[in-house]
Amino acid sequence: MSIQPMLLWSDILLFVLIASIVGLMLWARRQEALRAAWGRVARNGVAMAAATVLAAFVLVGLLDSLHYRALLPAQPGATARYAVEVNSALDALLADLRLRAEKTYSAPLATHLFAREALENSTQREFPRLQFGGMHLGANLAGHEFDLALRLSRGVAGGLAVWLLLAAAVCRWRGMEFAALLRIGSGGNALAAVSVTLLAILLLLGVAISVGGGYHVFGTDKVGQDVLYLSLKSIRTGLLIGTLTTLVMLPLAVLLGILAGYVGGWVDDLIQYLYTTLSSIPGVLLIAAAVLMMQVVIDTHPDWFATSAERADARLLALCLILGMTSWTGVARLLRGETLKLRELEFVQAAQAFGVGRLAIMRRHILPNLMHIVLISLVMDFSGLVLAEAVLSYVGVGVDPTTISFGTMINTARMELAREPMVWWSLLAAFSFMFALVLAANLFADAVRDAFDPRSSA
Amino acid sequence: MSILSVRDLVIEIPQGDLLRGVGAARPVDGISFDIAAGECFALLGESGCGKSMTALGIMRLLPAAARASAGTVHFEDRDVLALPEAAMRGVRGGGIGMIFQEPATSLNPVLTVGDQIVEALQLHAGLSGAAARARAAGLLDQVGIPDPQRRLDEYPFQLSGGLRQRVMIAIALAGEPRLLIADEPTTALDVTIQAQVLDLLDDLRRKQGMALLLITHDLGVVARMADRVGVMYAGQLVEDAPRREFFAQAAHPYSVRLFAALPDAERRGGRLATIPGSVPAADARHPGCRFAERCSDVMAQCGSAPPPWREAGDGQRVRCFLPGAAPAVAAASGSEPQAAAAEERPLLQVTDLKVHFPIRRGLLQRAVGAVRAVDGMSLQLMPGRTLALVGESGCGKTTAGKAMLQLLRPTAGSVRLDGVELTACSTAQLRPLRAKMQMVFQDPFASLNPRLRIGDIIAEGMQALDTGGAKQDMAARVAGLLQQVGLRADMAGRYPHEFSGGQRQRIAIARALAVNPQLLICDEPTSALDVSVQAQILNLLSDLQRELKLAYLFITHNIAVVDYLAHDVAVMYLGRVVERGTADEVLRRPRHPYTRALLAAVPRVDGVRSEAPKLAGDMPSAADPPAGCHFHPRCPLADESCRCSYPVETLFGATHAVRCIKL
Repeated sequence: MSIQPMLLWSDILLFVLIASIVGLMLWARRQEALRAAWGRVARNGVAMAAATVLAAFVLVGLLDSLHYRALLPAQPGATARYAVEVNSALDALLADLRLRAEKTYSAPLATHLFAREALENSTQREFPRLQFGGMHLGANLAGHEFDLALRLSRGVAGGLAVWLLLAAAVCRWRGMEFAALLRIGSGGNALAAVSVTLLAILLLLGVAISVGGGYHVFGTDKVGQDVLYLSLKSIRTGLLIGTLTTLVMLPLAVLLGILAGYVGGWVDDLIQYLYTTLSSIPGVLLIAAAVLMMQVVIDTHPDWFATSAERADARLLALCLILGMTSWTGVARLLRGETLKLRELEFVQAAQAFGVGRLAIMRRHILPNLMHIVLISLVMDFSGLVLAEAVLSYVGVGVDPTTISFGTMINTARMELAREPMVWWSLLAAFSFMFALVLAANLFADAVRDAFDPRSSA
Repeated sequence: MSILSVRDLVIEIPQGDLLRGVGAARPVDGISFDIAAGECFALLGESGCGKSMTALGIMRLLPAAARASAGTVHFEDRDVLALPEAAMRGVRGGGIGMIFQEPATSLNPVLTVGDQIVEALQLHAGLSGAAARARAAGLLDQVGIPDPQRRLDEYPFQLSGGLRQRVMIAIALAGEPRLLIADEPTTALDVTIQAQVLDLLDDLRRKQGMALLLITHDLGVVARMADRVGVMYAGQLVEDAPRREFFAQAAHPYSVRLFAALPDAERRGGRLATIPGSVPAADARHPGCRFAERCSDVMAQCGSAPPPWREAGDGQRVRCFLPGAAPAVAAASGSEPQAAAAEERPLLQVTDLKVHFPIRRGLLQRAVGAVRAVDGMSLQLMPGRTLALVGESGCGKTTAGKAMLQLLRPTAGSVRLDGVELTACSTAQLRPLRAKMQMVFQDPFASLNPRLRIGDIIAEGMQALDTGGAKQDMAARVAGLLQQVGLRADMAGRYPHEFSGGQRQRIAIARALAVNPQLLICDEPTSALDVSVQAQILNLLSDLQRELKLAYLFITHNIAVVDYLAHDVAVMYLGRVVERGTADEVLRRPRHPYTRALLAAVPRVDGVRSEAPKLAGDMPSAADPPAGCHFHPRCPLADESCRCSYPVETLFGATHAVRCIKL
């Protein structure tokens, strides 16, 4: 056994989450009404394109959640020992990117460092040659552009080839003509939207593999790490913070918001005082206090964690919990207001006239009519939370310094943008990945909301 | 000499894909009419037939998606549709004024009344400063608002609905328009206030020679106001006639059916004529007559070619192939519904019911007063009979109905259902009793949960009260109920938004019937519906009463419906019942001055004006009712003695009771 699999707590939560989503899907297949609604989502081209992008992100996140410790070279006579460093399947796949660290900043696709340095045996300050970027060119830098073009076309060709294979397989399986897979827009089908999105993803992937084999596609950061690698590693952190925080926040917000709005009286007063107090304390301050306390607990119990990865993981989970406990107030207030309105509607009074219990009214009559708000704020908060993590990292109370996240990337980019000449690629990379992720989540949530609103699906 | 001349006006709303252009809905499809200076032309029709679209088209205020695609509109010889937008702003307000249906939303809530009138004066009369203010006060005086100087500095929320509509009229008058378009100006108002506003409009028209385009669905309002009537159906005028001829002998089958659908005392116990089907969708194409599929006198040629205009004599024109007047619709003359046996004990006995809402002020939220929404009302309802609770909005009718069902817990008094005291029951004890009493609500669009299927909505009561039995039994019962209220059983799987207003109200009735109630409290169940649909619902309600021996407590402000349906009537004013008795006693021989004024304010289809005095002013606030008899500030008979104490009940005969000391 050359590796020892490891399960971090966040891995477990992530897998449980995925499993329950799959379980819910299987259950929904058997419910006629749910199946019809999800059928409408499945027929919506934009939604399915967004879902494809989301699936790609989730795949990266899942790969990054399969953690292991590698076996150290065997010492004669000793038992097998494993490395302290915890890696994931994604790390293994991206070993090239991870290990080919330069000395410091280099621009995307560059062959030289970004800053002049005093070279050995010379009084002049020059741009030193990169250790890995464009290494295969040797001294012949004239072939740089040609090499790039070659790698680019090879990447495109590879992506196209894989897509064509997949498309041919799908066409055979579904017995449809090939042109149907490209007919997007009005009159097209959702499968075409998926296939075209997939084509775009495969092309990007092909180019990244082909060009990334010899260059740093998004450049390198201050300590010479490949920015593409950092961006890919950030996806898991972003997904975790977005989903786990929402999982903590949403039940609180929905329950308290509906209770305050529907029951009223002293329950309403209590919940209102609670969230007014919470939101009157500046959010960052509150979170910082909680995170610092948590950090003290972690630091005083080093024996709880076998590896630094476990400690970083615990800190990430605690951050999700704290963010969730402090950010439910906005949604709860929205839901309370909407519930106050719904409570006075005649269908609620009709249910009261039947003697339907309070809980049943909240579940059957109030909650379904609030789902559009819940879904919208869920997606809005998702991007907000990823950004909140960046702000917290700036204050120094965010994720563990060893955890790679969009927040830490954006935070370092702040300093880099102030440099002269400017280092722009870290921010651009973080921005592009976050943009794709949040946009896809937004579009998908929009389609889900429309599909579940009976009024808009006539 | 006509001031407004509309010729073949077509308003289109393009639909479907922009690229492929599937087609266009035509809410208005070739309408022509003229209005002479000083004339009142009424545009009559059910909702969705294009009345408001026509008005907006004339003002060029159409929604962004719609456009006037053909025809002309000439106002004082200027082609309105061809004017540049800058000149059009002078026509709007300056030449043509407009008032809208809902006075609550047509005034800006954050500006004072004065500011809003002065704004119009600055635009159209070029007045400003003190001169504008003086003119604004003059306008308020002109529309009959007392104490105009003080009102100028008030905000819309400080005014009642009637006063707000008067302010709207004052704003419309600021530009001294030669034509006033009134889009359902009194639909949102009570009958007594409606009478005031209609009088005002009529007065202004006569004094200023202003033409009036009145858009309404109410035949009574048309009879009261119009010189000429245009009946609209599915985007077209189907009849155009002077008022006298129209009300003497309507010529188009649709007009005839509108009259036949009106409930009144003569049709009591019988069935109202209804129009099957519904108004065709605006994007439907019509090769022949638009009314053909709902017309019982349909002939072969109706389906093939649109009927031409035909003179029906004396200025009356009609679009119908039928020669001569349309045959009258035989309305089944009813027999008086049999009264319940006298010795039966009442199903519902309400004694001295009070519902007070505390007004809380200050830091500690102490109650500093109370809104006495219902303040000591008593009534009783026999099984199988209908009791109508009549009164203006804000008099506590709805609150009383909810308090009887214990949806609101009453402050004091007793409610006995079948001998059981409801006010003493706990929530758990009430649950089984809820199967005996159910409610049908006013707004069919708000009373059905949009997220539930019809089947689930109807089954809700059976599940909650556990009367439905097994799942299959429940589904069968839902199907049966749907058929009982005139819907198809396979509709159970649909959502509420797929149904029209009348169908939704049927669903709401089916939901209430699902638990086999003995008492149904109907809170204005037809006030949101068109006349022909109202007739369907009223027919359904009286059929159900006959079959199931239901007792109805019918909360309404529509006297015609009361006259058609009710056995007993109770008239409410400011939280108390001022007069009660059988329908004949209260409606034919009213005693209380308020009842008389209320009945006199109802516009009658035969155009006969009542001689009883009109009510001035509004109902006082229930938070601060007048001392003594609540009605004395508005009462023509009142004197000092009325201010002393609330009058006791005086009995006239066995059933007729009135609270007035002047009788």
